[in-house]
Amino acid sequence: MLKKYILIWLTISVSVIFIMRLASLQLSNDSYFNSDFAVQELSVYPERGLIYDRNGNLLVANQPSYELIIVPDNTTEFDTISFARLIDMNPDELKKEINSSIKYSKKLPSVIKSQISKETNAFLQEKIWLFEGFYLRKNSVRDYIKPFASNVIGYTGEVDKNDIKNNSYYEKGEMIGKQGIEKYYEDELKGIKGKKYFQKDRFNRVIGPFNNSLSDVTPSKAKNITLTIDIALQEYAESLLQNKRGGVVAIEPSTGEILTLVSSPTYKSEQFVGQDRTENYNKLLNDSINKPLFDRSLQAQYSPGSPIKILNALIGLQEGVINENTTFKCNAGHYYSRNAFMGCHNPFGTISNLKKGIYNSCNTYFARTYRGIIDKYVTSSEGLDNWATHMKSFGLGNYLGYDLSIGKKGFIPESDYYNRFYGTNRWGSSTIISNSIGQGEILTTPIQMANFATAIANRGFYIKPHFVKSINNKLINNREKNYTTIDKENFEIVIDGMVDVVDRGTARIAKINGISVAGKTGTVENFILIENEKKQLTDHSTFIAFAPADDPKIAVSVFIENGYWGSRWAAPIASLIIEKYLKEDVGRKWLENRMVNGSLIDEYEKPYKFENFSINE
Amino acid sequence: MNRILKYDLISLTTYAILVTFGIINVYSSSYTELFTSIFDYTTLVGKQLIFLAISLIAALIIIFTKSKFFDNIASIVYFLSLILLISLFFFGVERGGAKSWYILGPISFQPSEFAKLCTALFLAKFLSIIQTDLNKFRDIILVGTIIFVPILLITLQPDPGSSIVFLAFIFPILREGLDLRFFYFGVLILLILILTLIFNFFISSTILSVIFLLIIIYRRRNRIRLNFIKSFISLIFLISISFSTNYLFENILEQRHRDRINLILGKEFDNKGIGYNINQSKIAISNGGLFGTGFLEGTQTKGDFVPRQHTDYIFSTIGEEWGFIGTFTTIILFSLLITRITSRAEKQVNHFRRIYCYSFSSLLFIHFFINIGMSIGLVPSIGIPLPYISYGGSSLLAFSIMFFVYLNFDSSRLKED
Repeated sequence: MLKKYILIWLTISVSVIFIMRLASLQLSNDSYFNSDFAVQELSVYPERGLIYDRNGNLLVANQPSYELIIVPDNTTEFDTISFARLIDMNPDELKKEINSSIKYSKKLPSVIKSQISKETNAFLQEKIWLFEGFYLRKNSVRDYIKPFASNVIGYTGEVDKNDIKNNSYYEKGEMIGKQGIEKYYEDELKGIKGKKYFQKDRFNRVIGPFNNSLSDVTPSKAKNITLTIDIALQEYAESLLQNKRGGVVAIEPSTGEILTLVSSPTYKSEQFVGQDRTENYNKLLNDSINKPLFDRSLQAQYSPGSPIKILNALIGLQEGVINENTTFKCNAGHYYSRNAFMGCHNPFGTISNLKKGIYNSCNTYFARTYRGIIDKYVTSSEGLDNWATHMKSFGLGNYLGYDLSIGKKGFIPESDYYNRFYGTNRWGSSTIISNSIGQGEILTTPIQMANFATAIANRGFYIKPHFVKSINNKLINNREKNYTTIDKENFEIVIDGMVDVVDRGTARIAKINGISVAGKTGTVENFILIENEKKQLTDHSTFIAFAPADDPKIAVSVFIENGYWGSRWAAPIASLIIEKYLKEDVGRKWLENRMVNGSLIDEYEKPYKFENFSINE
Repeated sequence: MNRILKYDLISLTTYAILVTFGIINVYSSSYTELFTSIFDYTTLVGKQLIFLAISLIAALIIIFTKSKFFDNIASIVYFLSLILLISLFFFGVERGGAKSWYILGPISFQPSEFAKLCTALFLAKFLSIIQTDLNKFRDIILVGTIIFVPILLITLQPDPGSSIVFLAFIFPILREGLDLRFFYFGVLILLILILTLIFNFFISSTILSVIFLLIIIYRRRNRIRLNFIKSFISLIFLISISFSTNYLFENILEQRHRDRINLILGKEFDNKGIGYNINQSKIAISNGGLFGTGFLEGTQTKGDFVPRQHTDYIFSTIGEEWGFIGTFTTIILFSLLITRITSRAEKQVNHFRRIYCYSFSSLLFIHFFINIGMSIGLVPSIGIPLPYISYGGSSLLAFSIMFFVYLNFDSSRLKED
């Protein structure tokens, strides 16, 4: 009977399994369980890789730092309070650290306090001998030499439990890139740690090198990284954005190299080094109004506003629904369906052709063009999806694939989006008309806008924007061209229109002597929820540009939150950045001063004052 | 002479060897270079020796007690142990995160160890009542309650490791007539849980459905009648268990439990953090080789590399210092003891005694299986001692009492009282 023997059979089979397992553990010569335990292993770390800007300026180096370690077995009784005071640490915290290191191992060193500065170390060195079992150990931490481009460079930090779990390379207390280039290029920057082996006696004491140091593994050197960032330009752009919220992205069109990427307000990498790093991090993390850890140029998704008209013009030309001579009449706006009026700042009775439509940013012109694009096909769905394909070929609506680990997709609406919203085919071009002027459902990030400016500058292709030019002085080649769906010849007329925007249109303030700048302003309506009530805020000011128009060396997008007209903040800032990059010196000091000293802080505080406020002043 | 011969001398010898071996290994794993007498009651070994002495006194009393006596006190001690478990919440002392200790001066005492003994007695008592019928729903519920109450109280301490041990009682209950299908169903559920954790819901439910189809085809072929609706419902039930596995895994268990399970299933590899214990234990064991490093010579043991080595991980000391010879012998001794007690239990005519003996061997089995299994990395880390070997007075005393009660019952097998 089975029931009587179930326990006996289980016991026997479990015993057999155990014995087999033990035989494989104890009797095989498997070297997996490195069985010489009288050997102590010590990691030797290579110096972390250096980071340079595109012109060879050193941005990130390393500096010596010290950590206080404890070997619990070597300690004798000591006065916790006075020791805590000496090392400037809370006594309770000190006790906690000591207890957890005892738990970890009584014989191995654990870190009590890390990242002690050179000065404090000098002071501690004189006193530390009074406390047996405590030692100061030298290591190195990052030295962020230039306080700019922190949002690109990122920062390092101690590995956390997850890092250790996900990658067996790391051990407790080691450093890892946490953000930015430091994170994305962690493998290159960290090098590979080496090993030193020491022989121990049976009391676990080190008695000398193991095997005459023949088994030691030398660490392999870290790689140095050269960024595409121009640190002088970056510094200049950051100064222009102080006291404003928004982002700036500048790209070299022919290579896709990102020259400058500013997010404002931001943090400084050096805030993550030294004794105050935890406090600083919490402060930055908890600033829910300024959000300094949020990279606005990579992660903020805005309505793009009028710059999108350029793409609609290109798509209209490509689809043949307009040509350069097509004119539309604007009566300070137009009725796009019964009782539905879209306003325009052009005066009553303006007749625009394509160029004039661009440089005067005529809403009517592009609304009608957009309807043409959508209504060209039998159903609006087909028309919209065709339009979306064109848009996406400019890198919109998806990750761009640059070499930083943060970003947002943005959004290009397609037919299934509206089908879900309104019902299948229960919408038409007039329903989604706002997309024509960049106010509808479209969302883009500033880097996506810079990228499509690049594609226009290149007359039909872009190279994936990127931050790293070379690793260990080896250039990274094979960057492939991503072609847009627009034919090359359609670009010239549109670019002419963009040059006119600066020469005689909405962005005359962006004119630079001797350089032809092509640009497009945008003024973006936006809303906020205050106590579940939708409130309109002052428009965002935005501008895309590239220069020189016939042989572009730089493409820029600027996005200034709540700055009102595109020509008020974004266009001057973009033009100053272009001038700085192409001429090295900025002639228009008056404009520069206005931008550097101008502040939008009052504007940002409006919604938090809990009273009614006026916008677009 | 005759008097002695009627006792189960094989088991008694095994017990003696295990206890002695235990003392040796506790001494070794708590050994420091400073010389102290092993009879110093402040050292771990000293304390363990005191409890051994207490155990032997208890043994003498038990041997000369009439076995009817245990039948009489079964209900009282069960409820007494429940009261002790409950008052832990008020008077218990916390050690290692669980409130599972009473401390009286130098002696600390863990009631959950004794709850095993008391539950075994009471279960035997209840199942031996003539009216109890394990085919009746009401009685199944009652038996379940007897086991479940101590499980609940111990889990709340929280000491889930000790409460898992109570699953041992499934064996005597099966033996006494619970439908085997309950057991199969339990094993099936366990297999599904493991399968789902290793692969995922889709694979495991596909496997289930395929097996289900094969069974249907087989039965059709052999023209065996099949309750289609019933089997379909159980299939759905099993699939839904598979479906909810991840929820249970993520929400009911704590991170450390998840880590331990993932480690055994090979989904995680981490020898520094969560896997440290098991890895160190395996290193120590493999360091032993065939003959071991010798008494007091284990470098891992001496280097304090294996945490909790004198309690839960004592097997790694055996492995390192006594080698394969030592571990092999230990396993043989345990399986000898378990099978011997089980088969002698079968010969009992008296139901109460048979069920008790059976429960005792099942408890031994579970401890044996989990403790050694975890030391060699086959079972997730669950903190329970290895009976007779691990340091721990309560465990030694409780298991000794259980053993001598068995000896008593076994010797009075032929007498009817």
